[in-house]
Amino acid sequence: MTDIILRTVNLTKRYKDRLAVDHLNIEVRQGEIFGFLGPNGAGKSTTIRMILRLIFPTEGDVELFGASLKKAGHRALEKVGAVVEKPAFYGHLSAFRNMEILGGLQKTVTRRRIMEYLERVGLADRACDPVKTYSHGMNQRLGLALILLKEPQLIILDEPTTGLDPQGMKEVRELILELSGERGVTVLLSSHLLYEVEMIATQMAIIHHGRLRVGGSVHDLLKKGPSEVLIKTDRPSEAVQFLKANEVYKSAMIHSGGIKIELDQDCVPELNRRMVDAGFNVNAMVPQRSLEAYFLNLTEGRES
Amino acid sequence: MFRLIWFELIKTFTRWRTYIGFMAFGIIVPMVVTGLKLGGQNSFKRSLISMLQNDFIIGGNILNGWFFGFFFMGALWVHVPIVLTIVAGDQIAGEGNAGTFRFLLTHSVSRTRIIAAKFIVTLIYTAAMVLFIGGLTIGLSLWAFGGGELLVIRRGILVIQEARLPYLFLTAYGLAALAMFVVSSLCFLFSSFTDNSIGPIIATMAVIIVSIIIISLPFEMFQAIRPYLFVNYFDAWQKVFDDPVPWNIIRTDIAILAGFTIAFFIMAVLYFSRKDILS
Repeated sequence: MTDIILRTVNLTKRYKDRLAVDHLNIEVRQGEIFGFLGPNGAGKSTTIRMILRLIFPTEGDVELFGASLKKAGHRALEKVGAVVEKPAFYGHLSAFRNMEILGGLQKTVTRRRIMEYLERVGLADRACDPVKTYSHGMNQRLGLALILLKEPQLIILDEPTTGLDPQGMKEVRELILELSGERGVTVLLSSHLLYEVEMIATQMAIIHHGRLRVGGSVHDLLKKGPSEVLIKTDRPSEAVQFLKANEVYKSAMIHSGGIKIELDQDCVPELNRRMVDAGFNVNAMVPQRSLEAYFLNLTEGRES
Repeated sequence: MFRLIWFELIKTFTRWRTYIGFMAFGIIVPMVVTGLKLGGQNSFKRSLISMLQNDFIIGGNILNGWFFGFFFMGALWVHVPIVLTIVAGDQIAGEGNAGTFRFLLTHSVSRTRIIAAKFIVTLIYTAAMVLFIGGLTIGLSLWAFGGGELLVIRRGILVIQEARLPYLFLTAYGLAALAMFVVSSLCFLFSSFTDNSIGPIIATMAVIIVSIIIISLPFEMFQAIRPYLFVNYFDAWQKVFDDPVPWNIIRTDIAILAGFTIAFFIMAVLYFSRKDILS
């Protein structure tokens, strides 16, 4: 028995001469929050649409809960809930009716359950209003309510916090963590907000030009290679001179009133000790290494 | 399946565009009946009498409600497709345009069932429209001009007893609905090709107009392809008013019209089942 919920096998999509997705192989395991990253046009949405059978692969296959999408067809999507790109609803109908229709395709849903999930995303008081009067953020929340209504085991979210206010973004992140932690739901999350993936994802894959560039645990990937550290000290100019005298710290430079230095995360405590020993007041040492820097390095070809 | 059809009924019959046709004919038909009642009836009378008085003795209420009901059916069948395409053209393309397929098709429900539910609702709408127009024209005409025997001038002159007329008109409406099913299913097929509702409407009307031109022209080449054009069978409803009623020909017409409807539906299913949803 495997715990792999989702697997793409040499998944390929070609549009005439353009290869949108090129023999992509990713695996998502039970209970993971899987960050799916890539710049615009990298093939993320095409991949997600192939997983959801909205578009058909030119080559390769998708396995959902061990079943081939090619063989099982729509039946493979029974335990999957998804919001692809901007959630779209029947604008002339109320949120309640939309939930009833789009949530009731597989099985009848009760009024109580619909209201329960609308309440969960804070839309219960607008349940009877036409969805065309909703803001983008409300549409996003309605999309999440619709997914929850289906009670899926795998949730696929494409840019789920786009258009939400900070509070809304926080709520969505908390919801994802709750679903993953308490209910054991597996989440595939595509996002341009890289810090978001960094904050909540356990595994990730980065694709570029339709190809998988890197994949693995977020923690391990971010640990690899040098990263930047921002140091706040009382005498930054003198501190830079002091640091540059040491070959290890030669990348030190003044940055935003502090010092920026390229350094392995593991060497940060040693740097702190040396600066304090040299008489500098170290107010803060903030690792600047982020998924964003990693992502940019990777997609711009600067990182191996 | 019933749930899917019910959902499609909700989606279709809660949109104002669904009622454009009902509103249009709901305004036009009473206007024309009023115009006939206020004098227009006389011009009919004059032309009929001038045509028939040399050979027939005309008595009774010839220009009655049944007569105008028959007249309306003959006059409106070219216009009905326009309003039908407004709904049929939007059934698939509208979902594509709105992006709702991203939710609708990511469930464990086959595309064929979703398309079938949409198609059934399109046919329900089509039948409702034909019956609405039929009921409205006959109802208003009978109310305004009373009943009587129906004078049919088609391959000669025929007078049909009033007792038979409700049955004949109901049969005629059934055949008219079947002819309109072909229009709706063609538009439905075009709707599966695109995410723009206007395209299927224009394409369907273009096919109908070109086909009508072809069957109207007395060229030998066009006459040869006439049997292959569905508009050639649009007048099947008129045949129930012939004497004797040519049931064999009507049965063939029914089979051909049903064949076109089913063929267009199957083509839509085959295409849509493998269509990439990019919207």
